[in-house]
Amino acid sequence: MIEALHDVQMPAGAQAQAIAHLWQWLLAICTLVFVAVMVALAIALKRAPRAGADTAPDVTSLWHGEPKIARVVWIAVGVSTVLLLVLLGASVFTDRALAQMPLADALHIELTAYDWWWDARYDDPEPSRIFSTANELHVPVGRPVVVSLAGADVIHSFWVPSLHGKKDLIPGRPTTIAFRADRPGIYRGQCAEFCGYQHARMAIYVIADAPDDYARWAERQRTPAPAPVTDAQRRGHEVFVSRSCAMCHAIGGTTAQARRAPDLTHVASRMTLAAGTLANTPSLRAAWILDPQRFKPGAHMPAESFAPDDLTALNAYLGMLE
Amino acid sequence: MLAVTSCEREARRFEPPVGSRITPPPVRLSQVQPSAADTTSTIASHYEVNAYALAEGKRLFGWYNCNGCHANGGGDKGPPLMDDTWIYGSEPANIYATIVEGRPNGMPSFGGHIPDNEVWEIVAYVRSMSGLASSTAAPNRSDSMHAGKPESMVEQQMPVQSTPGSR
Repeated sequence: MIEALHDVQMPAGAQAQAIAHLWQWLLAICTLVFVAVMVALAIALKRAPRAGADTAPDVTSLWHGEPKIARVVWIAVGVSTVLLLVLLGASVFTDRALAQMPLADALHIELTAYDWWWDARYDDPEPSRIFSTANELHVPVGRPVVVSLAGADVIHSFWVPSLHGKKDLIPGRPTTIAFRADRPGIYRGQCAEFCGYQHARMAIYVIADAPDDYARWAERQRTPAPAPVTDAQRRGHEVFVSRSCAMCHAIGGTTAQARRAPDLTHVASRMTLAAGTLANTPSLRAAWILDPQRFKPGAHMPAESFAPDDLTALNAYLGMLE
Repeated sequence: MLAVTSCEREARRFEPPVGSRITPPPVRLSQVQPSAADTTSTIASHYEVNAYALAEGKRLFGWYNCNGCHANGGGDKGPPLMDDTWIYGSEPANIYATIVEGRPNGMPSFGGHIPDNEVWEIVAYVRSMSGLASSTAAPNRSDSMHAGKPESMVEQQMPVQSTPGSR
């Protein structure tokens, strides 16, 4: 649906790079050990006493009890131990590398995981510049990002394979994760801790923009929702604030200020709906509003019966919230 | 028999709302009826024997800020819901009407603002607060740090019609 990178082997940031290096070390050493064991096994099989069609097996080696441990065994044990220590060392150095990323001038985001979506609040020293969005993070390329993680209901896990490893979001235990995207692009993330019925449809997209593009995006997100212009949009706004939508969703600059569901102030600027479940196109948006349970059974958004005109108007209004 | 009830307990109905609303029978506020009593007004709501529906009702009770006035059922600006006294009737249809239509002295009318199936879930949960819903399906724990007894352990309290001025 969305062309996005979701691959541990294709790191796009310093942290993921360190983890990928560790993985390559592991792969190389484990391959080496595996091949060595297989070769030893092949040699042993070749040298094993065998009976031919008309000869008895040569079992003379059994006449002299167990031989002493051969030198080659000691060498194999020694080499294995050294290799394991190398991996241990690599793991320690990877941890150090992950911890050493400079965080000066970092962007702070508070990410809260709900069943089954992500709420993101972009922090700023100046309160009026704080804004909320959902299920999609935009970050500037080359600038470190510190994400404060919190779980709202059950344990979730934040995992964007191309940027960093996993980190759990545990209710009541705030943690942080820091990453940096070094190449512009769209990186897909996924909840990595089973969290219930729609765990699989709990994706998050991290979009790494050039610093200028990011600044433009953030400035846009800080503005309240644009006022409806056409009659349909005005009617859509009326439907939104007077029907069940406003009981859970917020749209900045309107009376809808509930915080139980994704912030919709700039919903039309997002690529997907329902945490990566559907592409954000007008037809799919309408289908989603009409019956969310068809696409994401168990999601907390209920189906609502709207008159066709109201639904079209509502969709027109949501479509203009860029 | 036990197996049958447990199936009902865990069943999830994800598409109940569109068109499948429970037809409300006459909503009787008074238990007094002329001549022989017509008992068809008691509707069996499948929400009340379903653990998922009751848990959702509990969640929505908080989300829609019912506890803003009723607290966690103990009552504040609004009357307590965990006791045996009912001002506007204890039947599911009565509570449905109370939520949808609103009541004088402060109960807002939620009709049109909350989808129908969610209202029924809240109705089932409200009844579970005084033990009127199935205790095998009622919530066993709260998501929040609420020290009260879980709804599944509440003893069933026979509904009493409140007499104006008595309380």
